[in-house]
Amino acid sequence: MTAVVPETATPLVRLTDAGKNYGNIIALRGVTLEVSGGEVTCVLGDNGAGKSTLIKIIAGLHEHTSGSYEVEGEAVHFSSPREALDHGIATVYQDLAVVPLMPVWRNFFLGNEVRKGLRMDIGFMRETTKKELLDMGIDLRDVDQPIGTLSGGERQCVAISRAVYFGAKVLILDEPTAALGVKQSGVVLRYILQARERGLGVIFITHNPHHAYPVGDRFLLLKRGQSIGYYRKSEISRDELTALMAGGAELEELSHELESAGGASADAAKILGEEVHDLGIDRVSTKEAP
Amino acid sequence: MSSTLETRPGPPPPAASDERVARQSPLSRLLARPEVGALVGAILIYIVFFIVAPPFRQPESLSSVLYVSSTFGIMAVAVALLMIGGEFDLSAGVAVTSSALFASMFAYQFTLNLWVGVAAALVFALLVGFINGYLVVKTGIPSFLVTLGTFFMLRGLNLALTKAVTGNVATNDVSNMDGFDSAQKVFASSFTIGNVSIRITLLWWILFVAIGTWLLLRTRLGNWIFAVGGSAPSSRAVGVPVNKVKIGLFMGVGFLAWFMGMHNLFAFNTVQSGGGLGNEFIYIVAAVVGGCLLTGGYGSVIGAAIGAFIFGMTNLGIVYAGWDPDWFYFFLGALLLGAILLNSFVRKRAEAMR
Repeated sequence: MTAVVPETATPLVRLTDAGKNYGNIIALRGVTLEVSGGEVTCVLGDNGAGKSTLIKIIAGLHEHTSGSYEVEGEAVHFSSPREALDHGIATVYQDLAVVPLMPVWRNFFLGNEVRKGLRMDIGFMRETTKKELLDMGIDLRDVDQPIGTLSGGERQCVAISRAVYFGAKVLILDEPTAALGVKQSGVVLRYILQARERGLGVIFITHNPHHAYPVGDRFLLLKRGQSIGYYRKSEISRDELTALMAGGAELEELSHELESAGGASADAAKILGEEVHDLGIDRVSTKEAP
Repeated sequence: MSSTLETRPGPPPPAASDERVARQSPLSRLLARPEVGALVGAILIYIVFFIVAPPFRQPESLSSVLYVSSTFGIMAVAVALLMIGGEFDLSAGVAVTSSALFASMFAYQFTLNLWVGVAAALVFALLVGFINGYLVVKTGIPSFLVTLGTFFMLRGLNLALTKAVTGNVATNDVSNMDGFDSAQKVFASSFTIGNVSIRITLLWWILFVAIGTWLLLRTRLGNWIFAVGGSAPSSRAVGVPVNKVKIGLFMGVGFLAWFMGMHNLFAFNTVQSGGGLGNEFIYIVAAVVGGCLLTGGYGSVIGAAIGAFIFGMTNLGIVYAGWDPDWFYFFLGALLLGAILLNSFVRKRAEAMR
């Protein structure tokens, strides 16, 4: 803990060589990751790469079994999400932890209701919800509408601004763009940048390098429970990132398999082969981060 | 909110309004509330019986209807809150009888003041509620099944214990025991306004509905009730004590079952051990007709009260109209079906109006 050379300040969250075993199953090992305020760290990996396990460790749902986990330089062992929250680490899960049938303002303050004596201070909560969402750039029509009537992107943003309002210093976003269309994803990416500008540390979990690269400052790549690379933005290009993610070698293998199957599969194999070849050529028009 | 003004050219609208909100007439805003379907139904049914059944128009008849409604409506308050919290209680009907039996036999056998029996029955009823709730949250088994089990257990207990203790199917008359008069004043008295006799349960009903709806809409607990019924995992993730809320709701049913049990005891002086059977469904019908979703997360206590009023009107209205009362359950079923169809329509609108 003492001998670590600080880069600028102590990072908000630092995992060093962290791992997690479930009995004899090694779900994650040797992961090192840092998030400082005003920084976005992207965690990339395919299904089963260990992303969920990593989030669960950081969010306090599971304890790590090896390595160390530090929050603002202090070694921690969380045994519940509440403890992580008390340290300012908030997680926005894929299902967003919202109740679709409840009004936006009731969702915003759920679990943190503001009270005046026995009653809730409904006026304050309504206004605050409206104002906080406006600060995040969402001009909501009516905070009394059920949150289920908002679009997926808007719902993400409500969940994010809720975490920010209740004092999150580090935001963990679990695949926030996975279920969204192109435009909605763009909206969510914008809010990630906004959270970063507000000085929050963001851990952005995704399997889409095109979403990660424009907003990320650091990139951690996971595969089969292990880190296969940890880069600063200056150290890697988007195409390298894409190639690493796609696993060029595996695609090639797949294309051979399809080819040997003949027929329609052979056509698919040809297309796949071309794709593999094309990795490394810029063909995606994602906008660069400012 | 500020839907009082129609659009008119001139000064910009106040900050509260927004040009993207299509002007919503007060009517369509009202229609979005859960209890509206029930209210419209209640008015229609009232008009129908007012026309076809002359005795229905008498104030005394209304008083009787309100009495019957209150005996079901009081339980419907707790059952509706439980349903909004996402759970069922099939043991609610027999739990009323169990409480009455418990109070009566406890006080009688130990020759105590009846109030001691009343207090002991309260503990018993809350315990039944707690056990229901605890089993549901700890096992994760649907409350429908858990409370089906406790329903049969209580039913058996009622019959078997009563027979074992009194040698009879009913308890002994308690009307000359200590504390009877004061307890009857609280639970089962009546008073007159003008020349119409009104039962005290009506006042209790109004009180419980007022408390229930205030709890649900204005307090943190209410927020949690909606949340645990709407999505328990999400509620847990933001720190809502889901298990405590659910157990509390079951205990709320226990509390009002105790209250109704005391009413039955002091209104009839003796308790039939086989009573209360089937009432659990009427409570649920009242809640559903009043706009509660069977799946939880949505509903209204006032709606459940209107549902109970519809039940009371139909129950007595058929008699006043001189129809064969055997038709009653047919109407009840039809009402329920209609209400469910309306509710599912409302829910679809609420979840996917874009």
